[in-house]
Amino acid sequence: MMQSFLALVRRDLGLAVREGGAVGTALGFYLIVVTMLPLGLGPDLKQLGRIAPGMLWIALLLAALLSLARIFESDDEDGSLDVLATGSLPLEAVAAAKSLAHWISTGIPLTLLAPLLGLLLNLDLDAYLPLVATMLVGTPAISFLGAVGAALTLKARRGGLLIALLVLPLFIPTLIFGISAVTSIMLDTGGSRAAFLILSAISLGSLVIGPIASAAALRLQLQ
Amino acid sequence: MKLVVENLRLERGARAIVADLTFAVASGEALLLTGANGAGKSTLLRALAGLFTPASGTIRLDGLYSEATVTENCHFIGHHNGLKSSLTATENLSFWSNYLGTTGASRVATALDRMQLASLEAIPAAYMSAGQKRRLGLARLLVAERPVWLLDEPTVSLDQASARLLGDLVNAHVASGGIAIAATHLPLGLTNARELRLTAPLRTSEAAP
Repeated sequence: MMQSFLALVRRDLGLAVREGGAVGTALGFYLIVVTMLPLGLGPDLKQLGRIAPGMLWIALLLAALLSLARIFESDDEDGSLDVLATGSLPLEAVAAAKSLAHWISTGIPLTLLAPLLGLLLNLDLDAYLPLVATMLVGTPAISFLGAVGAALTLKARRGGLLIALLVLPLFIPTLIFGISAVTSIMLDTGGSRAAFLILSAISLGSLVIGPIASAAALRLQLQ
Repeated sequence: MKLVVENLRLERGARAIVADLTFAVASGEALLLTGANGAGKSTLLRALAGLFTPASGTIRLDGLYSEATVTENCHFIGHHNGLKSSLTATENLSFWSNYLGTTGASRVATALDRMQLASLEAIPAAYMSAGQKRRLGLARLLVAERPVWLLDEPTVSLDQASARLLGDLVNAHVASGGIAIAATHLPLGLTNARELRLTAPLRTSEAAP
């Protein structure tokens, strides 16, 4: 079973590297949105620095959203999903493997891009490390909860917009605690550790709930 | 080993597609599903593969360990081939071989050879013709050993020689004690095959006066 799981993760990562489209789009989108922010908000460095963590987090969520729909879509189109479902791996593990591959191929690159973009927004020097840490811990929730939306909208034509409506509300807790962990360090108000731990708890919870919900949705879609 | 289907009823919405179907296929037998378009052949195969949930009735494999489901013992060949267009023939097959639970580069090479795809092993699936893709999809049958083969229109886009090749494969599988169930409009040249003709059941609204 472990062999099947790893084979699936490896294949999805290989495809992400070889096809490249989804990751490239997400990274490009992230770059462009953050580049446009100072143009829209004006050159007040103090103000930019204050809103930087929030803006970096929100732009990251939107960028990740772009690539979510592809988690199951291509496997559904070419019939792979039917065969994946007849393997000895339970559908929950299939969903987990695909979510994990999505996190590695999209969540981690976006997280690594964030500190570079922090320069554009005059991010506080003390905030770089906490920002990367919270994103690294918070982004699994995006992939694993996002997969539920991807599975639910699999057969819906033009599901892109629907997936945003379904999934973005689920990201709110991640957003709140991700940002508060960073800003409490910037403003020295304390409570950063608590926010960070809650953020980790949300991610760990989504690792369990996400695949179960995705598999239930996939079973309906396969009918 | 025997695949047993009892009182199976399949519904889409409130419409019965297959009603009260009972049959059994023992190892060493092949079953051809025939019937007009929309008679429920594909839905029945999906139900046998465990992808479609029956409204009532049972599907089981007798004579296997009790915990094994039909799903884990079948190869399902649907309308699509399950190939990634950016992966080569070998990469596609190696993945399925790993995923479906067997390893061994030799198996992949043998399968490609038997489907007469050896010369295409390093070509991405995107560059293959429809018939070559179909043969590569069918090669999945050979990289992992599973007793029940469920084939949905396996001959689509195959030329005559390839269709004969497929017939030989199915015959060999059945002769070695396997089970094959194929929905098809063309004769596959199977030696030990029965035919099950599906007809759409009367709708309740139509049956009522």
